[in-house]
Amino acid sequence: MMQYVADGIVFAAIISLGAIGLSMIYNILRFANFAQGEIVAAGAYFALAFVALLGAGVGAMGPVAFGWPLLVSMGFAMAATSTMVLLVDWLLFRQLRDKNASRIALIMAAFGVSLMGRNIVTLAAGGDPINYTFYIPRSIELLPGLRLVPDDLAIIAIAALSVLALHLFLSRTTMGRWMRATAENPTLARINGIDTRVVIRWTWIIGASLATIAGTLQGHIVELRPEMGFSLLLPMFAALILGGVGNVYGTVLGAIVVGVSQSLAVAIGLSAYREAVAFMLMLAILLVRPQGLLGERE
Amino acid sequence: MDFLSVLSFAVFFLIFASFFSLTSLGLNMQWGFTGLFNVGVVGFYAIGAYTSAIVTGPAYPDTLFGGFGLPVPLGYLAAILTSALAAFVVGFVTLRLREDYLAISTFGIAVTIQLLALNLQSVTRGPNGLYSLPKPFSGLSASNLVDNLLYLLICLACIGAVYWAFERMVRSPWGRVLRAIREDETAAAALGKNVFAYRLQAFVLGCAVMGLAGALYANFIGYISPQDFVPIFTFQVYVMLIVGGSGNNRGAILGGLVVWALWSGSGGLIAAVLPPDLQTQAAAVRIVLIGLILVLMLLYRPAGILRERHIVSHEARMGDGARPPAADA
Repeated sequence: MMQYVADGIVFAAIISLGAIGLSMIYNILRFANFAQGEIVAAGAYFALAFVALLGAGVGAMGPVAFGWPLLVSMGFAMAATSTMVLLVDWLLFRQLRDKNASRIALIMAAFGVSLMGRNIVTLAAGGDPINYTFYIPRSIELLPGLRLVPDDLAIIAIAALSVLALHLFLSRTTMGRWMRATAENPTLARINGIDTRVVIRWTWIIGASLATIAGTLQGHIVELRPEMGFSLLLPMFAALILGGVGNVYGTVLGAIVVGVSQSLAVAIGLSAYREAVAFMLMLAILLVRPQGLLGERE
Repeated sequence: MDFLSVLSFAVFFLIFASFFSLTSLGLNMQWGFTGLFNVGVVGFYAIGAYTSAIVTGPAYPDTLFGGFGLPVPLGYLAAILTSALAAFVVGFVTLRLREDYLAISTFGIAVTIQLLALNLQSVTRGPNGLYSLPKPFSGLSASNLVDNLLYLLICLACIGAVYWAFERMVRSPWGRVLRAIREDETAAAALGKNVFAYRLQAFVLGCAVMGLAGALYANFIGYISPQDFVPIFTFQVYVMLIVGGSGNNRGAILGGLVVWALWSGSGGLIAAVLPPDLQTQAAAVRIVLIGLILVLMLLYRPAGILRERHIVSHEARMGDGARPPAADA
């Protein structure tokens, strides 16, 4: 049982990084970004391109089967994905905002971008699964009955550090305070001299960067496929809703609940229905506590 | 090409277009008139298809449930009921909340149905699919032409019936409330309208029609498997509705026809022009193009080919182009 919980937390680490972007777009731009999965996938594939450009493999850190080459590639990929996302915002979402399009039109545009994104990845990299490197997970026994792969521990550490960095950014920097103010009340934020265009830009950059980390880590321990992000979309949405929309920390908590539940579904032999478990959890929480675990009523 | 083969191709094409037109009509009730964003259109279509397959299909040696072999009309009816029931559950939970929740939950339904179709082997036979589904009037002629023509008539009758019913409904006081909700939910609620109940009714109605379309598809093609129900379907139907003109039932039907013609035509063209080893890329290019159509329509012509007619009711007809006083507010 402990084993399944541990596996669930590794998955939770990845979906929470993806879902934070979803949560921030939801709070600041106020729409459900159905293209978030493709941002995750784009990040993973950009990292693949930089791994190939650097030509140094993925490296290693002691028992962990990836090292600085993958991390450096991931850093470049964060910049590349952010640039791409800003371009899409400038071409499409900004125009819809300027036209005062409804929230539904924004969701629908995101839905279109998601479908196009998946197929552009297929065009660029082919539809077959790719790996950064030939990776065989080697587990070590941490406690009796609890075996963990060093890479999984590294992933949890990277996710925890990313969330901590985000927390410091949101609570200590001016931009972070601007973001929270805009999420709370955009009109009041503008009246107080906050340039919401800059806030929106930073929202996309942070969301895309965290999504790139999620994609790269997922790509490392599983594989890269054009649909890799799309198949994470439902767990990410479930994490967002479970934790409570409007609360980034709630999203992380939601991700842990979703990750562990999906892992427990595997434990009781329902591995084929993992994503349905996320969906059922989501419907249940909407029925009982629509504001989510940590959310406040609107 | 002789006349008969052209005719049978045309009939086959129109039958497929009618599945899309019917689904698009169902979506129009939700998106066009009420402003509900259903991301899981394909899920409700699949529920209809699988229900009719289970109710009307033969018993298979490797399934535990299904194979009732009942008459096809009962399959259609069951399809309408199950997709309406699924819509009721999802709608009941999410339609009280912000509109995004419906989008997310319907997306979840589509994913869940896909998982069930793939993995619930004892009912759906998983990836192997359900086969030998009965088709009404089959075997009347050697070339299938006569029974396809009759099937086309069934499809057209369904479209006609739904069109007639929906037109009556949206022009009634009930329909005016739907549009009021779409334009300004708070104002509609302030006038004492139960926004949740109206939305739920429109949502369930639309999904029931999608389920019927799925059932028509299953009993025509005779074989269904999970690959038939992929997310691109939802997307195609949105493009059809938006190109045709959302909020206009004729536009919904027309959009199904026009976009299906473009889609199958471009598919034939690409298959003919490109070498076989580039077909995967070709399929991707086609999807990117249809995505571009959607995005460009959203940006530059959100009204579609046939725009919504501003008619207050049967009794108070207004000329084309005239706007009801309320629209200026």
